Amino acid sequence: MNKKRPKHLALHKIKFPLPSYVSILHRVSGAVLFLALPLLLLVLDQSLRSVETYTNLAECISHPLLKLVLLGLMWGFLHHFCAGLRYLAIDLHLLPTLAAARSSSVWVLAVSLTLTVVMGVKLW
Amino acid sequence: MVNRILTGAHYGLRDWLVQRVTAVVMAVYALAIVAYLLIQPSFGYDTWAELFSGNVMRTFSMLFLLSLFYHAWIGVRDIVMDYVKPASIRLVIHVLVILALVLYVIWSVQILWGM
Repeated sequence: MNKKRPKHLALHKIKFPLPSYVSILHRVSGAVLFLALPLLLLVLDQSLRSVETYTNLAECISHPLLKLVLLGLMWGFLHHFCAGLRYLAIDLHLLPTLAAARSSSVWVLAVSLTLTVVMGVKLW
Repeated sequence: MVNRILTGAHYGLRDWLVQRVTAVVMAVYALAIVAYLLIQPSFGYDTWAELFSGNVMRTFSMLFLLSLFYHAWIGVRDIVMDYVKPASIRLVIHVLVILALVLYVIWSVQILWGM
């Protein structure tokens, strides 16, 4: 039984189930949001400091490239938020079956992406 | 000979709970802000600045930001523990993350009470 057996992992045949994507994206979006913290705090600072800094900030944000960055962060927040709610529901035993876990991960992706599109339409 | 099994640093359960409590605090705050913004007929600097002018709002905003920073610390620490193996590099990253987060706390106070 202690023989070292060769492992054969057919990587091209192994596929992540959907909850795995939700999970890794939760981690990725969390890391991105952490790295964006100085930028987000700067935005809060400038938006509250005075009317001048507020208008200046609004002008900066109207740049298409910054809009895209903002939208990316918005997706990160929305995904992290929705996936986080899903984990809280799982902790409360509200999604006890495999089917519920799978369908809820579809919801997380769908809701966060839809809201991101809505925000994108609002931004442009 | 006694075989003692060491089971870690015993902050696992506490941090697991903190991660969830801070998440709920942030979710409630975020939903409240979104709801407030949605019922505003128009939006500009005046609406925004007035929202943050009261001490209650500033206090809850600070609670939100503190929850955010603690939540971020646990999350980043877990990511670093998973992917960074050499103890020296891990320590350096941990120290830098803690310093950054403490600076963010100071900055947050300045933003909310210095406006």
